Amino acid sequence: MISEWAYPRPEGLYIAPLDAYIDPVRPVARALITHGHADHARAGHGQVIATSQTLDIMGLRYGTDFTENAIALDYGQMRSEGAVQITMASAGHVLGSAQIVIDYQGKRLIAAGDYKRKYDPTVTPFEVVPCDVFITEATFGLPVFTHPDPMAEIEKLQNTRALFPHRSCFIGAYALGKAQRVISLLRLSGYDAPIYIHGALRALCDYYETQAVALGTLLPLPEKPRGGANKELAGQIIIGPPSAIGSPWANRLPDPIICFASGWMQVKARARQRSVEVPLILSDHADWTDILQTIEDVNPSEVWVTHGNEEALLYHLAKQGRDAKALAMVGFERAEGDEG
Amino acid sequence: MKAFATMLENLVFSPGRNAKLAHLVAWLRSNSGDSRGFGVAAVTGDLSLPHVKGKMIRDLAASASDETLFALSYDFVGDLAETVSLLWPQDHSHNDTDFALGDIVRQIQGATRKEAEAIMRFHLDRLDQTQRWALLKLATGGLRVGVSARLMRIALAQAFDQKVEDIEEIWPLLSPPYEPLFDWLEGRAMRPKSEGKAVFKPLMLANPLEEADRQKLALSDYQIEWKWDGARVQLVSAEEGVRLFSRSGDDISAAFPEMVIDPSFKGVLDGELLAGTPASLGSFNDLQQRLNRKKPSGKFITENPVFIRCYDILMQGGQDCRHLPLQQRRVMLETLMGTIDDERLDLSEMIAADRWEALDEMRTNCRANSLIEGVMLKQKSSTYQLGRIKGQWYKWKRNPFYADLVIMYAQRGHGKRSSKYSDFTFGAWQDTEDGRVIVPVGKAYSGFTDAELQKLDKFVRDHTIAKFGPVREVEQKLVIEAAFDSIHHSSRHKSGVAMRFPRFHAIRWDKDPEEADTLDSLRRLIS
Repeated sequence: MISEWAYPRPEGLYIAPLDAYIDPVRPVARALITHGHADHARAGHGQVIATSQTLDIMGLRYGTDFTENAIALDYGQMRSEGAVQITMASAGHVLGSAQIVIDYQGKRLIAAGDYKRKYDPTVTPFEVVPCDVFITEATFGLPVFTHPDPMAEIEKLQNTRALFPHRSCFIGAYALGKAQRVISLLRLSGYDAPIYIHGALRALCDYYETQAVALGTLLPLPEKPRGGANKELAGQIIIGPPSAIGSPWANRLPDPIICFASGWMQVKARARQRSVEVPLILSDHADWTDILQTIEDVNPSEVWVTHGNEEALLYHLAKQGRDAKALAMVGFERAEGDEG
Repeated sequence: MKAFATMLENLVFSPGRNAKLAHLVAWLRSNSGDSRGFGVAAVTGDLSLPHVKGKMIRDLAASASDETLFALSYDFVGDLAETVSLLWPQDHSHNDTDFALGDIVRQIQGATRKEAEAIMRFHLDRLDQTQRWALLKLATGGLRVGVSARLMRIALAQAFDQKVEDIEEIWPLLSPPYEPLFDWLEGRAMRPKSEGKAVFKPLMLANPLEEADRQKLALSDYQIEWKWDGARVQLVSAEEGVRLFSRSGDDISAAFPEMVIDPSFKGVLDGELLAGTPASLGSFNDLQQRLNRKKPSGKFITENPVFIRCYDILMQGGQDCRHLPLQQRRVMLETLMGTIDDERLDLSEMIAADRWEALDEMRTNCRANSLIEGVMLKQKSSTYQLGRIKGQWYKWKRNPFYADLVIMYAQRGHGKRSSKYSDFTFGAWQDTEDGRVIVPVGKAYSGFTDAELQKLDKFVRDHTIAKFGPVREVEQKLVIEAAFDSIHHSSRHKSGVAMRFPRFHAIRWDKDPEEADTLDSLRRLIS
């Protein structure tokens, strides 16, 4: 029984034969980290095992002393510790994101972390690995979430920009992953003008470039004039963290078309609550269809569902005859405004 | 259907009038035929598909998804049509066909109730999610995209480079899908004729009277009347029947059925709709009660009478008199009113003042009557023209009231102001069982400069004590001097009072909130 050696503790999902936690929410002696988002990757663990890209990202965010002992384990590499094998498989969520594959006593557990199946030029696509227990996220675990073709969302944005050539265009996107994905999709659509980025995005965009993800010319915003907007930003695209639009920083943007790139934008009321003019339904998480497809592809004998809208997913999996249960994890309740 | 759905979605998310207008114009220009005409009607709420009811949508919902999943989804989405559109199983084999909105509307209009549901299912299977949402919204008539018929007419004028007045004038003659309108707008036919029809004539408007105007105007050239605080209306009596129009040209006959019974003359009158009777005026609030009811009952009408105080005549019999000078129109109006014995109509009296000082005094003293908000000055030689013509008609409002009030809540604005806290709720002191507290009395989002807005925004951010979604509660420490046109009793507001057109007059950074006005002192301003 896998549940005898892998189970939740207040710190996170505990893997007993490794005496380690997956994505622990508080400092522990040994941590296995799926990816660099702050709710999964925290500073202060004694030892961290993660992909080298995730380790780099943690170093950028927390400083290189975020752990005493960093161990890189890249996609396809295997690490044996006694009777346990640890393997990393790509998760397609953000740069460096991994499913952590644990083999022990002839059984295999996969903690997929956050993952997606939709097209993203900035990441290695999700790898299907068969297993006995598959731990899936359920951020978008409601059948209303079927994320559209990402390029169609970019087209929607460009159509609105064409209608308002004198307005600036602000795209709210999370600093790790979403921002670089939006930039890549814009480049892919043929947009090759410089893109202005908020200071909070700089380090991660530069890092993506070093990892062979070409983002084109990214400029810092010009010096802020007193009190008013920067006229030279009219007609330009500016990308920043979503919260920036509500801050005085946004005063420099001339009459901005406010866009927000997130899976939550699929529900109109959510977009309206945030006064979003162009909701870009772009998510780094699997939508309902892809969660179900992934479970079918991986075909585990047991599904554990964590953080998100697990109620609908558990109901549906049970109806399909799957053995599924909620994995009550602390620290992962996701508010709608959060990363999505 | 695709273009309509995209346009509709853009309207939903557009923060302001100008953005909505730009989307409408782009859509009007790039589309044609029935689909465009029915689309116009759908957006303005003039499209009726009586066979599609809420029950049908609930039946469709039941087949869109498992009951439990639907309930969980609906709970999250909060909108029935949107939930159905999101859950409807998409059949990707039909993806490339674009169905014309016009065809879908005609199919449903020509169908029985049962057939209508089958037609809806057929299209839901074939449309993408945005289009399914648009179809369900359109079919149930719940678009709520914030576009009035007036805004649509402005968009039509912009899209086809015509005067909005020319569209306004023939609008009431038309019905969806408006073929004669588009034939004219796109140069295939003459403008439809309006003779004999009860159609709206675009209104002449007044400019505010500035200090400088008073220096150069000769008072004797002007006809002076009270400025009544009601709702501007136009009563049209023609061969085909009688209609009442609002200031924006919307047909409001259904809301005032007692006004559209043949008034024994043919012509067009311009006037102010007021509550009560000429002998016993009601308040603006009374009028508001009537304006809020789209289809009032007979009893409600008897208990809440209204009448029109007429101040101009645009047509008499079949004769257009708009090209005649006001002086002459006034004589015609007085003559006509002399022949009419009707409680529903009376004449706006002229007032006499030979000096500006005298008029100013009358204007100031009119505060005693809450239904008079100032005086109107109309050049006696003015012909009746469209819009605000310089030098012809002026409004000289009485001075506003002022009160010192305390800022309590702030909300972020829209569009250009979306990064700023620019909508404010303020309150006055009231003694309660729990002691002296500040209760909200009004909201304002204008009257400050951009520089003042910067400071107000900073104040809100620095003094927030709680957040409720987009609203921030702030410490009760900043006093503003608010200006407002009048104040009334209101049962809908917790404070029991409602202000008309409250705005910022000054920000009193220096003032102690303890010295702000009380609710009692505001109540005393109610006339």
